[in-house]
Amino acid sequence: MQDITSAIQIIPLEHYVFLCVTLFSIGLLGVLFRRNTIIILMCIELMFNSVNLLVAAFSAYHSDPAGQVFVFFIMIVAAAEVAVGLSILVMMKRNVDSVDINLLNRLKW
Amino acid sequence: MVGSIPNMNLAVLVPALPLLGFLITGLAYKRLKHNQAGIIASIAVGLSFLISVALFFMLRNSGQNSATVTLFNWIALGNMNIPFAFLIDHLSLTMMLIITGVGTLIHIYSIGYMHGDDRVNSFFAQMNLFTFSMLLLVMGANYLVLFIGWEGVGLCSYLLIGFWFKNPAYNYAARKAFVMNRIGDVGFILGIILLFYTFKSVSFSEIFTQAATLQVGAPVITLITLLLLVGAVGKSAQIPLYTWLPDAMAGPTPVSALIHAATMVTAGIYMIARSSILYNLAPITLNVIIVIGMATATFAAIIGLKQNDIKKVLAYSTVSQLGYMFLALGLGAYSTGVFHVTTHAFFKALLFLGAGSVIHAMGGEQDIRKMGGLRKKMPITYITFLAATLAISGIPPFSGFFSKDMILSKALEHNILLYILALGTALITCFYMFRLLYLVFFGEQRMSGAHPHESPKVMTVPLMILSVLSVFGGFLNIPSLFGGNLSFSNYLDSAVVSKSSEEIGHTTEIGMIFLSVVLLVVIIYWAYQTYVRKAQIPSGDEVKQTPLQRIITNKFYINEIYQTAFEKPFGLLSNFLFKKVESIILGPAVDEVGTITSKLGDLTRKLQRGNISFYLFAMVAGILLFVVFILTN
Repeated sequence: MQDITSAIQIIPLEHYVFLCVTLFSIGLLGVLFRRNTIIILMCIELMFNSVNLLVAAFSAYHSDPAGQVFVFFIMIVAAAEVAVGLSILVMMKRNVDSVDINLLNRLKW
Repeated sequence: MVGSIPNMNLAVLVPALPLLGFLITGLAYKRLKHNQAGIIASIAVGLSFLISVALFFMLRNSGQNSATVTLFNWIALGNMNIPFAFLIDHLSLTMMLIITGVGTLIHIYSIGYMHGDDRVNSFFAQMNLFTFSMLLLVMGANYLVLFIGWEGVGLCSYLLIGFWFKNPAYNYAARKAFVMNRIGDVGFILGIILLFYTFKSVSFSEIFTQAATLQVGAPVITLITLLLLVGAVGKSAQIPLYTWLPDAMAGPTPVSALIHAATMVTAGIYMIARSSILYNLAPITLNVIIVIGMATATFAAIIGLKQNDIKKVLAYSTVSQLGYMFLALGLGAYSTGVFHVTTHAFFKALLFLGAGSVIHAMGGEQDIRKMGGLRKKMPITYITFLAATLAISGIPPFSGFFSKDMILSKALEHNILLYILALGTALITCFYMFRLLYLVFFGEQRMSGAHPHESPKVMTVPLMILSVLSVFGGFLNIPSLFGGNLSFSNYLDSAVVSKSSEEIGHTTEIGMIFLSVVLLVVIIYWAYQTYVRKAQIPSGDEVKQTPLQRIITNKFYINEIYQTAFEKPFGLLSNFLFKKVESIILGPAVDEVGTITSKLGDLTRKLQRGNISFYLFAMVAGILLFVVFILTN
């Protein structure tokens, strides 16, 4: 355990932060500008995992395993969320025969 | 104070049984047939009575004066801790025995009286609910439990006065009773709040322990006792809040007997006797009580002279007797007041039930001018009614004599003027009671069409039991003059702290009794001459009367005065508020709020276009705004 922590600490913390911010921004932009629902879901996963990575890195640097436990929880919740998201996607494909998110515009007044 | 007497938890059953009876008869009221509801209700109250008797002996054998039974912790907030507890001591046991004992007899009587009414099941459900509330009132170990019972009996009184709700006049009477009681209750709850503010507790034992440290006549204690008195005045129908009680006679007669004679109206007297320690600290309040009690006793008795409705006479007589009890309380003779509550419960319940028997026989007729000569037709009702009349008039050795004589002697100790007024009231009471008796049971029959008959056994047996109690109830408390030792007063002395006063000598007492007996006999003879020999019948409303007679017949126009002084201005004010404030200012203002909201909604709903990309964009923009906001601050 101590070995892994020291291995992680070889790379400076700033690098993790930069990497995560980049990944998060890519995911965010994808969510905002893509119309394909599958890609939007994938971008959400990307954002999730960038945050996970950041939590794990901070956890290692603080020598506090609680953060890594959190990561597992987030992964489980994310898996459940993907299951729901993909089933909505299947229903969407069946109903409007497309995965373009802008076709889903009936959720209004 | 807290006694650990084995099996004292049995006390919980006393109010629980009527509650159970209420639930059974109330929930299954559509399925119960014939007399089932009445029998269930009577058994519930009867069992409560037996348990109360058992508790009485258990407490006596234990050698302790009181026991507290805690059910559960009711309110626990910070330092405030109010348990839902019952206090079983000599005062509450006395009241419990009266309520359940007289209550059982009245329940049984009601089986006969209410036979054939379509809503007889609801009637018994409400009677049981009343008994439950009344037991809570007298058993509560703190002012809050007492208050629940206090409100509960008020509700049941309202329901039962308006029991025949198809008659609008009866509904009006019920509403009047409710509103009048509310006025009193406001004072009562303010008193409880002030008690809590002063003593940081509502429990009897804690308040009375702490009150011992206070000075006599401290302003706060005077204010508390006055506020509590307002509640008692409302509940016990004293001047100026007495006008609801005569109107409350709209309810079925057993209700008048149970609620408006024997138990509920004595709640105010119970509460003051329970708070005797506080009242002893407030001489000003005691003087106020004396004035209120004496004025009510005399005033109501005078009105009773000219009433022609059998139940109205008894109603004013109840108000008058309650005034007597208040007088006793004001004189600091709390146990005497409670003793009069007890004897009054016997003979007034008997009078009402007897009146009910007469009304039942007459097919609903209540006007004594249309009765007469019922002595032969209804011998049992006649004998029992006679016993109760002798008791309420204070003829020795009937029960009323002992309690009334004790109040009279206390009044003499205090002030000769009070004694003269109290004696005068007793004589007036005697006159109107014998007037009632002679007009109903003597002379010629004046009814047309009705064929009076004696009531069934289920009604006459309770009458007989109550008449035995009315005749011999006074022997509970024989004064030393007759070789007794005031056992009832001594029994209560552990629970109420009566003010000690100089005893008047035995010679004075004998002279006093002699004087009142002679005067009473003269009055009875006078009434006999007027109503039996000369066979005078009170004239109808159309005959001209002297101004004084007219004033008394119209009950001193008190109802009319209240109407002009309070109801009319209130009606005008409400009308003004409705027409000017409600319709012109408040109504449009509320409407405008609705209109503006829906217009704003029209504007903003355009944002909800259903475009998910736009929603996501708005969300991210929002989050970014937050981040910027937090970072810049």
